[in-house]
Amino acid sequence: MIDIFAKHAGLREAYDALTATSPRNPFEVVIERPVSASVGIIEGRETLLFGTNNYLGLSQSKKAIEAAVETAETMGVGTTGSRIANGTFGLHRKLEARLAEFFRRKHCMVFSTGYQANLGTISALVNKDDILLLDADSHASIYDGAKLSGAQVIRFRHNDPVDLEKRLARLKDHPGAKLIVAEGIYSMTGNVAPLDKFVDIKTRHGAYLMADEAHSFGVMGAHGRGVAEVQGCEDGIDFVVGTFSKSLGTVGGYCVTDHDGVDLMRLCSRPYMFTASLPPEIIAATMAALEDMQDHPELRTKLQDNAARLHAGLQKAGLKTGAHISPVVAVTLETVDQAVAFWNALLENGVYVNLSLPPATPDNRPLLRCSVMAAHSPEEIDRAVTVFGEVARHFGL
Amino acid sequence: MTDSVTDISAMIIEKLLANPKVPRDIDGNSKIVEDLAFDSLAVMNFVMEIEDEIDVSVPLDKLADIRTINDLAGCLHALKVAQA
Repeated sequence: MIDIFAKHAGLREAYDALTATSPRNPFEVVIERPVSASVGIIEGRETLLFGTNNYLGLSQSKKAIEAAVETAETMGVGTTGSRIANGTFGLHRKLEARLAEFFRRKHCMVFSTGYQANLGTISALVNKDDILLLDADSHASIYDGAKLSGAQVIRFRHNDPVDLEKRLARLKDHPGAKLIVAEGIYSMTGNVAPLDKFVDIKTRHGAYLMADEAHSFGVMGAHGRGVAEVQGCEDGIDFVVGTFSKSLGTVGGYCVTDHDGVDLMRLCSRPYMFTASLPPEIIAATMAALEDMQDHPELRTKLQDNAARLHAGLQKAGLKTGAHISPVVAVTLETVDQAVAFWNALLENGVYVNLSLPPATPDNRPLLRCSVMAAHSPEEIDRAVTVFGEVARHFGL
Repeated sequence: MTDSVTDISAMIIEKLLANPKVPRDIDGNSKIVEDLAFDSLAVMNFVMEIEDEIDVSVPLDKLADIRTINDLAGCLHALKVAQA
């Protein structure tokens, strides 16, 4: 009998090597419980959380918690069905209308996760006769959506409008539709995309542009509409995709657009159709968190101040971070062994960050990915910077 | 004029040898994943470098059928001819 797991031998070898040298498994960290948005109990100790996507701290929003409890009590805890069958409650429609209004768009589709929002939007928009142009550092959900679509996929260099234009020029005689996909903020590095430049290019070449604002929704822009709002190019973005699982602190994803054709996506987007819809209490909590976000623009100001404080602190400590100041601040290290030891030392000293390893990182180098929250106090940020500095000195970095 | 498959293969080998981690004894029949120890991301990034040399874009689905350096050269040549 052929061993069905034989194909994972390489992965097993890499996993065993990693866990053999690490005092704990970096992929099995358990947050026993959150104490607040910025502190959790890990290994029995209070630990500063610098590795979540809870940018505005709204996973602990009182308003969202109350909305979820009340809705669960009145409507139950699940829909047990697909959006196109029994899984559309009035609340789903209400959330879609609220999001369309928030983004000033005609249409909104809500998906059960952010991953499915990318999968479901991309796979419904393009097929084998079309071309997808993806930023080389795109999230796995974008690559997986591309695979599900069957479209021809061409990568362009990360955040490089010149390279994108060169590739579009090579396709000038291609008869299919062309869809460019970029992210607002890149999840691993915190890099911000030049969406305004991509809009100029897509207009000149007759292509469509989709922006995944998963990490920038609620985070960037005067109203929280993302990088496109900051760069004043929202009208040029055909489709905006994002998630509730970061700034809004719940789960689920969306696609907003002004294109009327999107209504048919509800009947051909498999990741939308063939899965259970979001439970009512999640929808209620998401709407409440959206209201919280709109009522408290100061959370965004605080977040940006905190991002700048962490970025400057880590740079001053001599660590290598990206150039962009965004709520994702990644420290780049050279080797996996170095990164694993550094990450363990941070956790043992009360700071949790994400250990990100190749090939999920750009340039084949490991990252210690930190994310900032509006809920962090200046003292918590300074404490994290101090611990980073002490650990770096301990390892002679 | 479009370069021949042999010319493109030679250019790929020259580019690969610029990387000190690549074995010195590679030829057109060397397997990119097995012999060069490239993972899927390294293959995609290397192809991106080669694309600019001969001004073509390789759709990702084409990479699934490529095992050797000569396979890659053949694919690039075919794309270049189709584009001409």
